[in-house]
Amino acid sequence: MELFDNLALGFGVAFTLQNLMYAFIGCLLGTLIGVLPGIGPLATIAMLLPATYALPPVAALIMLAGIYYGAQYGGSTTAILVNLPGESSSVVTVIDGYQMARQGRAGPALAAAGLGSFFAGCVGTLILAAFAAPLTELAFKFGPAEYFSLMILGLVGAVVLASGSLIKAIAMIVLGLLLGMVGTDVNSGVARFSLDIAELTDGIGFIVIAMGVFGYGEIISNLSKHESEREVFVANVTGLWPTKEDFRNMIPAVLRGTILGSLLGILPGGGAVMAAFAAYTLEKKTKLRPGEVPFGKGNIRGVAAPESANNAGAQTSFIPLLTLGIPPNAVMALMVGAMTIHNIQPGPQVMTSNPELFWGLIASMWIGNLMLIILNLPLIGMWIKLLSVPYRWLYPSIVLFCAIGVYSTNNTTFDIWMVGIFGFIGYIFIKLGTEPAPLLLGFILGPMMEEYLRRALLLSRGDWSVFVTRPLSASLLAAAVVLLAVVLMPSVKSKREEAFVED
Amino acid sequence: MNIKSQKDFFSGLMFMCVGVAFAWGASSYNIGNGARMGPGYFPLVLGVLLSVLGVVITFKALVVETVDGDKIGSFTWKPLVFIIAANLVFGAAIGGLPSIGLPPMGLIVGIVALTFISSNAGDEFNFKEVSILAFILAVMSYAAFILLLKLQFPVWPAFLTA
Repeated sequence: MELFDNLALGFGVAFTLQNLMYAFIGCLLGTLIGVLPGIGPLATIAMLLPATYALPPVAALIMLAGIYYGAQYGGSTTAILVNLPGESSSVVTVIDGYQMARQGRAGPALAAAGLGSFFAGCVGTLILAAFAAPLTELAFKFGPAEYFSLMILGLVGAVVLASGSLIKAIAMIVLGLLLGMVGTDVNSGVARFSLDIAELTDGIGFIVIAMGVFGYGEIISNLSKHESEREVFVANVTGLWPTKEDFRNMIPAVLRGTILGSLLGILPGGGAVMAAFAAYTLEKKTKLRPGEVPFGKGNIRGVAAPESANNAGAQTSFIPLLTLGIPPNAVMALMVGAMTIHNIQPGPQVMTSNPELFWGLIASMWIGNLMLIILNLPLIGMWIKLLSVPYRWLYPSIVLFCAIGVYSTNNTTFDIWMVGIFGFIGYIFIKLGTEPAPLLLGFILGPMMEEYLRRALLLSRGDWSVFVTRPLSASLLAAAVVLLAVVLMPSVKSKREEAFVED
Repeated sequence: MNIKSQKDFFSGLMFMCVGVAFAWGASSYNIGNGARMGPGYFPLVLGVLLSVLGVVITFKALVVETVDGDKIGSFTWKPLVFIIAANLVFGAAIGGLPSIGLPPMGLIVGIVALTFISSNAGDEFNFKEVSILAFILAVMSYAAFILLLKLQFPVWPAFLTA
């Protein structure tokens, strides 16, 4: 079997002592930082990215994958223990997880999240290994028109998932696309919108926007609430392990979550958030056993299903990245950045030109998952202590880490001035109720979209119909239209608003 | 005419202004045509699109009823000013400000300044506590970023090391 040969090659690469160590360090750092409230995988990777510059490419990507999983699991820990979703995909975990923690059942909740994630991660890895090759075949059929349409689909996906007003989310995407235009145009060499500032001819740094808008913006808005509103709740964690009854409820939920998560993760723009949300909705639809706690009151299925789904989704969301070179979400976009720094152009050619990197990364994802469970189950007690750090000590530290992270990416103070500006902008966004996540996705895809649009229209001699006459491109656009139509349907619309009320 | 949703009204205005600004800026570059796009083509299209979206959002904010008027609420200047200021002072400490002749003061001074300034953003400020926090952060950052990760930072003030 080719699949097993490939996996064997991958494990051969990943199972060196050095790489195992990087996977472990990555997981540890990721969990440690991800467990801080308000810092999700995105900020964690952004912060730790410079630390991987000096490593060899395989080790660097292995460490980043570890950081990603660590941060994601850390986010769930915060969600369960203190009712704070550290990242968007753990928003639904909060609902039942926190209720469990309040009843002193934080242990089983954390264990359910960990075990579910591990199982989902194993399945996700297999799916990734099995379907990466056929999907790559498909990728070679992609011309500029198809890529452009795929990005439209991805952006529509981002809109669907955004909470709040649809049209504002669309506007934020367009704003992001425009911010992506700043800098030197690759075709003509014209410095666009650089305001005659030399540093701006290189464009605005992604980390600058991410840190400013997410990090500083969030802190400022948090501080403007009164202390009692953001009070952190630390419960006694009694008993780590779920009971037999818990396991019986958990297992089918984990299976359902894994299947849903794996499917949704492949879609561009979908990824972990949609997976978690869909899995929770599905669990709510299935019948309660006699004597089971209702949802919203601390049902263990409400933790296990979305956590498995989001981990499976996180795994399979590597597929579009590794095979098509298209980042399905902002975290993956950072991975693209990391790859480019190491002179790897993500895309279908990675698999053939760097097989050991490709399969090594896949194997290391599984290792990352394993590390997570080894690391986290015994350390749950420690995470709780970290969370009892008062916010008045926490936020200066976060500001510091953001500033250091931003400065160290380019070793220029210009980026620090910029992050200050974007911190202000981020606060305005929060005040105006506009969501920054779509903006970030637009910002990443902006330059790529322009490039593919240019090429597609150049090949078709300016004929716009190329996007609908090529079958692949047409079906992608059709999918985008259907997705948009589904969201705009009144019944779904009200459901969606209801579901995101927590946000 | 009443504003039904303050948040939407002003975000619409913001999108309009930014859209117009980008479109106007784009028009100063070569636009080209579909088959041969100039550097101004894509930004111009996006800028116009954003302005249109802004108009629609503003219009909706004036027409569609909301429960509580979607008030923006007052700006809390204290955290805003102190957090941004802490960030800027940290930058000045790391890189110095050649325009006013300030030499780089280094990472450690930067951390202490950042901690003290940003701590003012909260509800309470306890000098002793903040000093301890600054000390811990400085030691940890030195160990993590300089010793372990070997990042290139000026650590101490330039006039001491030169």
